[in-house]
Amino acid sequence: MSLTETTYWVVGASFALYVVIAIRSRASTTQEFYVAGKGIHPIANGMATAADWMSAASFISMAGLIGLSYNGYGGSVFLMGWTGGYVLLAMLIAPYLRKYGKFTVPEFIGDRYYSNTARIVAVVCLIICSVTYVIGQMKGIGVAFSRFLETDYETGLLSGMVIVFFYAVLGGMKGITYTQIAQFCVLIFAYTVPAIFISLQLTGQPIPQLGLGGTLADGSYLLHKLDRILLELGFQEYTIALRGSTLNMAAFTASLMIGTAGLPHVIIRFFTVPTVRAARTSAAWALVFIAILYTTAPAVAAMARLNIIQILQPEAGQALLIEERPAWFKNWERTGLLEIDDKNGDGRIQYHADPNRNELVKLDNDILVLANPEIANLPNWVIALVAAGGLAAALSTAAGLLLAISSAISHDLLKRTLMPQITERQELMASRLAMSLAVLGAGYLGLNPPGFAAGTVALAFGLAAASLFPALFLGIFSQRVTREGAILGMLSGISVTLLYVFQHKGIMFIPGTSFLGDFSPNWFFGIEPNAFGVVGAMVNFAVTLTVTRFTPAPPDEVRRLVESVRVPVS
Amino acid sequence: MDAPVSQETRTIYWRENRRLMLILGFCWFVVSLGCGVLWVEPLNHIQVGGFKLGFWFAQQGAIYSFILLTFIYALAMARLEKRLGLEEPDA
Repeated sequence: MSLTETTYWVVGASFALYVVIAIRSRASTTQEFYVAGKGIHPIANGMATAADWMSAASFISMAGLIGLSYNGYGGSVFLMGWTGGYVLLAMLIAPYLRKYGKFTVPEFIGDRYYSNTARIVAVVCLIICSVTYVIGQMKGIGVAFSRFLETDYETGLLSGMVIVFFYAVLGGMKGITYTQIAQFCVLIFAYTVPAIFISLQLTGQPIPQLGLGGTLADGSYLLHKLDRILLELGFQEYTIALRGSTLNMAAFTASLMIGTAGLPHVIIRFFTVPTVRAARTSAAWALVFIAILYTTAPAVAAMARLNIIQILQPEAGQALLIEERPAWFKNWERTGLLEIDDKNGDGRIQYHADPNRNELVKLDNDILVLANPEIANLPNWVIALVAAGGLAAALSTAAGLLLAISSAISHDLLKRTLMPQITERQELMASRLAMSLAVLGAGYLGLNPPGFAAGTVALAFGLAAASLFPALFLGIFSQRVTREGAILGMLSGISVTLLYVFQHKGIMFIPGTSFLGDFSPNWFFGIEPNAFGVVGAMVNFAVTLTVTRFTPAPPDEVRRLVESVRVPVS
Repeated sequence: MDAPVSQETRTIYWRENRRLMLILGFCWFVVSLGCGVLWVEPLNHIQVGGFKLGFWFAQQGAIYSFILLTFIYALAMARLEKRLGLEEPDA
């Protein structure tokens, strides 16, 4: 069977599984649609959260980001940032919002800050964060289809939309939860199998996390060898190369952590478990399931980088002849992810940090995970599995985001603000309609990606950190914070972050409109735009607390609400 | 389930909860932003197996510590709730 046929079978089987699950878990009440009836076991919810969480960016791009663009150590910001946020979530946010016991994040903000304005501001912040995030997923679906199944991008995107439409509109949170559990199993299997193979080949150690610290066939440590080779090629050493400065790395890590704890599509997953206790254990389990991928990724990054360099340099100091490059190399050149340019005309591919000497002119981050099985000569079914895994990661995250967007519209905007008189049946219908529109909207943006679609995932975290996290945190930990404080805090946090990004990356990311230019000397204390969320969060905190001092205290029922969310019973 | 919780119990529960959060939050900072970023250079002089220690914290150790911290928090809070009679009935 050819590779494409195998891939069709594996991907087709995984899709059939999702559809069967969707049919079996239809939602019949708003409670089921928004929070899966609050009956999900904490371990099951942990798995669903992990799938919700790990997007196309985690699955396809992260190892490449670490191994290539961030040259090793610098990529640690993603590893620590995207896992450390769960500690904040488990301690500072999830248990109390679960106790509050309603359906959405803006709903809590609206009730806690006794204001429909606060509710609407929260809905707007939620939509800005989630839409920037969902575009990336839609693109991931289209790209995965077009590369592995040889369809065009549009057909791939439409097939993905049909599947999401089916289980998200039909089953709401209930359908999404059960499909996410299945998707987690697919994606984690697809990620670890090639990693185990490659670790065995290089270090003889089946566990990639240990293989990363293991020894190669020649007896030297893998990381030592990688450091040495990269230094010879003019790069910084893999294990110490900073991303920008220490301050930038700390800010980047903190932004991703705080953003994680403020992203609505993750928070609402904890509304689906039966108790506050279950919300805490569920966060811990989610972290276990996430950590399987996040501790494997740095091993994949280092090992694949070493593999690629060794292929390009079959003997020390001797670059690979262009004619002798392996078949996978030619395959990926066709996709545009790899590109060579024999600048000195010696018929060999020189790989070097100096752009004037480097002849591997294009080496896309995604190559590391996508081509990994081929580089390591793994069988076809493993390659097919990677395709199914990448799609599972993108679909599961897209579904979670779409639910967060549609429930904010049907519940917060319609039921709680504009049309409080609608019945539950009407609201359920409205939520299905909102979900359908969200799927279509996301699909449209995936087909016509606006200028700001590139590299927006990290930005979504910055925006969540600067807007929603402080409002949620202060809403729980302070009884005194007022609606005026929270509203102005959210608005100033998100504006400062957006402005900083726009002034360096262009207004709405349109090239040429960045009035300060994307140059590191102009960065505020050397902090790059993607790492600015933590500064936005500090602005938010400062504004909220200052305004609170000058505005009248919240009414008594708010104080009682805060008291009640802090304690698990009554 | 709706038996009123005394103000005193609430206060103790919240105080204990905050104390636990402060301790675990401190550990959270030390293993990630501390060992993984701020003090990574000195730690990198310590070699453990094939890893420089600072690099190991940044790419492996911090994540394992996070798991430990969230489980400790979940268990400690469950015990606290048992002690204070604040256990929720299983739904």
